[in-house]
Amino acid sequence: MSVIPDERTRDLSNDEISRYSRHLLLPEVGIEGQKRLAASRVLIVGTGGLGAPLALYLAAAGVGTLGVVDFDFVEASNLQRQIIHSNRDIDRPKTASAKDRIKGLNPGVEVVVHNTRLTSENALDIFAGYDLVADGTDNYQTRYLVNDACVLLGIPNVYGSIYQFEGQASVFYAKEGPCYRCLYPSPPPPGLVPSCAEGGVLGVLPGIVGTIQACEAIKLIVGGADSLIGRLLLLDAWSMKFRELRIERDPNCPICGASPTIRGLIDYEQFCGIGLPSDEAPIETITAVELKERLDRGDRLQLIDIRESHERAIVKFPGAKYIPLGQMARRVDEFDPSADAVFLCKIGQRSVFAIRALRDAGYDGRLINLKDGVNAWARDVDKSLPQY
Amino acid sequence: MPITIQIPTALRVFTDRKSEVRANGATVAGAIADFAASYPDIRQHLYDEDGTLRSFINIYLGDTNVKNLGGLDTPLKDGDTLMLVPAIAGGSCPR
Repeated sequence: MSVIPDERTRDLSNDEISRYSRHLLLPEVGIEGQKRLAASRVLIVGTGGLGAPLALYLAAAGVGTLGVVDFDFVEASNLQRQIIHSNRDIDRPKTASAKDRIKGLNPGVEVVVHNTRLTSENALDIFAGYDLVADGTDNYQTRYLVNDACVLLGIPNVYGSIYQFEGQASVFYAKEGPCYRCLYPSPPPPGLVPSCAEGGVLGVLPGIVGTIQACEAIKLIVGGADSLIGRLLLLDAWSMKFRELRIERDPNCPICGASPTIRGLIDYEQFCGIGLPSDEAPIETITAVELKERLDRGDRLQLIDIRESHERAIVKFPGAKYIPLGQMARRVDEFDPSADAVFLCKIGQRSVFAIRALRDAGYDGRLINLKDGVNAWARDVDKSLPQY
Repeated sequence: MPITIQIPTALRVFTDRKSEVRANGATVAGAIADFAASYPDIRQHLYDEDGTLRSFINIYLGDTNVKNLGGLDTPLKDGDTLMLVPAIAGGSCPR
């Protein structure tokens, strides 16, 4: 069954028949399938690594209307994977760059630009009128927001997510199967799973996962195919292994279960624990400039670099002892509680977990986090070093 | 009973980059506890303050979520493989 009702379709022009002939030759797509594609309205949330192949393939396939939501600007570090943007687009809004590329590829596609951050206030208005949503976001709060809005509006959420070499893809469609909350009722605590900005990502990986999402979107529109509803596809690009896991609907799901407790969009920052006062004791920080002053004064400090060896190869921090994040608890005896310990990572996020791990392991010396990490040292103190 | 636990990339920093580790346990709960005892740095990521397994990590036995089997009490047999499947959020990675 297609998500596009037949009464919305119109006949194809001769130019369209020529342009899409390779689709029309597939009996599974054919004229009817292409007419549904031309009538379809797809919203892509995020025009980054996943959104780039999504937008390009859906435009090429002849989707009638493509909405793109993003608030960000193109940066040089995006171009390793976000192939919808080009070098000349650096500093432009991503939605503007994406629109130009889509129009260049297929002028027949209507592009609707939503140059804004998706929020609980605007999501239902933005989503209304689209037949399905493809989720190419990069954070948990937006993923739950996209899921919930899709469940409330009764439309499918074509899901993809990536981390380093690993990808996940599925179709969450509460009318026919589980939703994202059935699989993951709650997100990890903030910062627990490092972002791509800290953990890195193989540039081609979102290309693969986003293309899988584009394929699923096209199948839902054309109809008649086996979609990823109720299945979670896992990909490990480094070993190039795919795996498929079953996802069951959760009868107690708070939004799509038998007795839902969520009947409207909620505060997703709060749901994901962002900006909430933590039960944890606050963590003392030091800026790069202050650290330089303490070092120049000759203060006795333990400088602890918690980054992995391949990261230290990018930028070394002189005089630091190397204890990777994953070894804090078991190496607690190597610390000297009589000297302040300053923790360094790339941007000062993972080092927070190192400090918490040491506290949990019973260490009672003074623990200080280098604010904004080694990148801040390169930015504010030793400008000869690169930021990465 | 010896079983294998497959570790996703996001958690390998706590397992010396190993993608698979061995553990012992007659149930899923037992095997995960044995695993956490061998790699103490992963504890805070697997369990919350109350000692409950965090719900952003699904545990699969074969292609089935143990939530849809017997939960953490699901019995294991020699040579079983558990797979940890955490929520990952990356997609556009703006900065």
